Amino acid sequence: MPAYNTIAFHADRCDGCGKCMIACAQAKSASDSPRRARLEVLADDAGRFELTMCRQCADPECVQSCPAAALAKNAATGVIEWDHDKCIDCLLCTVGCSFAGIALDEAAGHVVKCDQCGGDPACVRACKPGALEYLTMARIYDEAGSLEDLFVQGLSACQGCNTELIMRHTLRRVGPDTVVAAPPGCVPGMGAVGYNGLTGTKVPVFHPLLTNTAPMLAGLKRVYKRKGRQVTALALAGDGGAADVGFQSLSGAAERGEEILFLVIDNEGYMNTGMQRSSCTPYGAWTTTTPVGRESHGKSQDAKNLPLLMVGHRCAYVATASTAFMADFYLKLDRALQASKTGFAYLHVYSPCTTGWRFPSKKNIEVARKAVESNFVLLWEYTPAAGLRLTRSVDDPVPLSEYLVALGKYRHLTPEQVAHLEQHIAENVAAIKRHALAEAAAPPASTRPGISSAGALQGPPASQA
Amino acid sequence: MEQTHYLIAGASHAALAAMHAIRLVDADGSLTVIGRDRELPYSPTLLPYVVSGRTDPQRAFLRDHEYFTRARAAYRCGHALVRIDPANRVAELDDGSRLRFDKLLLATGARPVIPPIPGLDAVPYHVLRTLEDALRLRAQLPQTRRAIVLGAGLVGMHAAENLSKGGARVTIVEQQQQVLPGYFDAQAARIIARAFERADVTIRTGARALAIEAAAGGVTLRLADGSAVSGDLLLISAGVTPVIDFLADTPIQCDRGVVVDATMQTSVERIWAAGDVAQAASFYGAHPVLNGILPNAVEQGRIAGMAMAGDRALEGFRGAVPLNTYSYYGQHAVSVGSGAAPPGAEVVESSDAESARYLKIILDEGRLHGIFAINTPIDPGVMWQMVRRRLDLSAVRDRFLAQPRTMGRLLMSSLLR
Repeated sequence: MPAYNTIAFHADRCDGCGKCMIACAQAKSASDSPRRARLEVLADDAGRFELTMCRQCADPECVQSCPAAALAKNAATGVIEWDHDKCIDCLLCTVGCSFAGIALDEAAGHVVKCDQCGGDPACVRACKPGALEYLTMARIYDEAGSLEDLFVQGLSACQGCNTELIMRHTLRRVGPDTVVAAPPGCVPGMGAVGYNGLTGTKVPVFHPLLTNTAPMLAGLKRVYKRKGRQVTALALAGDGGAADVGFQSLSGAAERGEEILFLVIDNEGYMNTGMQRSSCTPYGAWTTTTPVGRESHGKSQDAKNLPLLMVGHRCAYVATASTAFMADFYLKLDRALQASKTGFAYLHVYSPCTTGWRFPSKKNIEVARKAVESNFVLLWEYTPAAGLRLTRSVDDPVPLSEYLVALGKYRHLTPEQVAHLEQHIAENVAAIKRHALAEAAAPPASTRPGISSAGALQGPPASQA
Repeated sequence: MEQTHYLIAGASHAALAAMHAIRLVDADGSLTVIGRDRELPYSPTLLPYVVSGRTDPQRAFLRDHEYFTRARAAYRCGHALVRIDPANRVAELDDGSRLRFDKLLLATGARPVIPPIPGLDAVPYHVLRTLEDALRLRAQLPQTRRAIVLGAGLVGMHAAENLSKGGARVTIVEQQQQVLPGYFDAQAARIIARAFERADVTIRTGARALAIEAAAGGVTLRLADGSAVSGDLLLISAGVTPVIDFLADTPIQCDRGVVVDATMQTSVERIWAAGDVAQAASFYGAHPVLNGILPNAVEQGRIAGMAMAGDRALEGFRGAVPLNTYSYYGQHAVSVGSGAAPPGAEVVESSDAESARYLKIILDEGRLHGIFAINTPIDPGVMWQMVRRRLDLSAVRDRFLAQPRTMGRLLMSSLLR
């Protein structure tokens, strides 16, 4: 059974402006009257908002209550479709629906209901505060879910780790014509490169040194290319290997524009070898090499902003992603994959470490979400043509304390250290915004000398199924 | 002897809802649906529109053959159950074939009531319960000049409107003092009747038929007040009655219909009944009632199917709530719940003859007892939920009475987010 796209309502973001209803009435009834809309936003006495709209039920009562077979659930889109020719205006569907999702439009003289505008809902487009959101996560289940998982079963990641999720989703999407480089770190540590002469993947995989991942992969890619084979060169590296000893060779490969998809799984340290600090470990964090005691109070330096450094290389594509926002991750993965065909694509995915960060194993996605919501990590993407663009608003974040309190590695922080982190985040946000603004103000890429349009976004690639 | 795990007698809303519910939890158990008509399943509710020509009879079907194939169910149409042997769990069909079942659902529906009017058996008349009835009535329309509709229930009113629109002079004869008795109160019925009178349909309420006799090119109906109505077409729409005669020699307990418990099981284990044939608990009183309406059939059919398949999510029937929607001459009437206000109940009524708008709300101890609306938009499905959940409206009483639709939507949205 397929999954379906859906329109979500975030009541806390709604300001009751009513533009969604007007947009719907205009799109569906050629009217400016909200009374002609197929959704209704209502305010209760306490000023909270509720939404009345067809929920496109999985087992729709309106369909069963229709004597004329005028309502049917479209198996492909999930939308419950209404057939004007068959409808006899008996209104029995409105008895079956407990949500007022299908109702009489008096002016039209028949029932009306939401049809999601065929996949581009007018109400969502009109909703500036983002209270209405068209969720397209279904694509991940339907499209990516039907692709083969190219890792073997039984990888031994720590309980609750999302690195396995990132790896499996990535390779599934990137596909079978891939060669994987997995330098020392959690990825090979859980068995991805294999044991006893067997690999943990169903595609060629090798285990470079921390220092030479990018050039080895670049060489392999060039050989394949010379032989006329279309192969994706994929690195699954940790932040230590990428930001510290591997950085020189990573920087070189990026500068040369090697056609590689370099994916960094950032768990803010050398976690598989015993939780040592890396240059991506944040200020104040406890690690085994930045202990907490009388003299030391966690790491005393700020984290290196590796993805922003990659922007400085003007890679074909650079983006940050989080497993708490999978639809966003998939969009960026598709773009990175596309960009890697003609240039260097860099994707930086945040990976909370249940073992090394000291939080309950069931909380991984929640921690990842709080990191984004508090602006501790920022989600954005960059191409030379379009510049840097935030893919999630950094305005109105949740308090940083909501993120810090979840993690054992920050338990010791003093108010001064928290203030330092807050200052660092503010600087980060300002820096990213500056980049975004500067790019927006720059002339179009085609008029800028020395920048090829080859790395420009072509939109998401066609399904590889 | 042929065997089937689930045997469903009937192929309309209750039967199809049961089959759907069974297949949600049991994809493999053998399942046979016995349909009385030779066609694919259809809804009796649709028939007035087949008569008027609005509905293409070829597009009237609720399911196609592929649906049954995909659901791995046998659809045997053109047959009826004639006998049941509950002890041995054997059903006999009208062609003499016999089927052994593990579980049986009686969803055999209802048939038109033919009132015992002297002379009726000697004249031609129409009823409207099957597709065949509808096509026969439809074929008669072009040559009909004056039509008599006996009974002002939903079928009679729908048919009268369509006959009138087809060019016939129509007289509706109703024994009770108002049209649509049991669905709407006298005042609402007057508003509805006015739309018919404006379209030159004659309505004779409080009119008892004494006799019927053949007349030149038609029939003459003699009434108790001494007057007579003549027409070249007679439609009997005096209500329906459950089809239960084939159960006479079984221990299955019947009253006006097949008596069922909260899971739609009859007095005999492994045999269930749902829809127009079933007599189930009332939401409002102790005595089980017939509730021959489509939403009721869907609900009871689903409950029966869940019980038959052993679905652990089953919740028992909360009792029949009268529900109706009625569209006529482009106007819309909705009734949800009981119109009989209990002692001490609050009844709030408003009407506007000019715009033919009407709204009556009955609140009993702060809870919605019934709501009746003409040309006043409310969401009947939301109101039904409010009634059956006995939602306490005391805190929002004023706003609910002023804006039942808005308040209903707010409450259901917050409860069912």
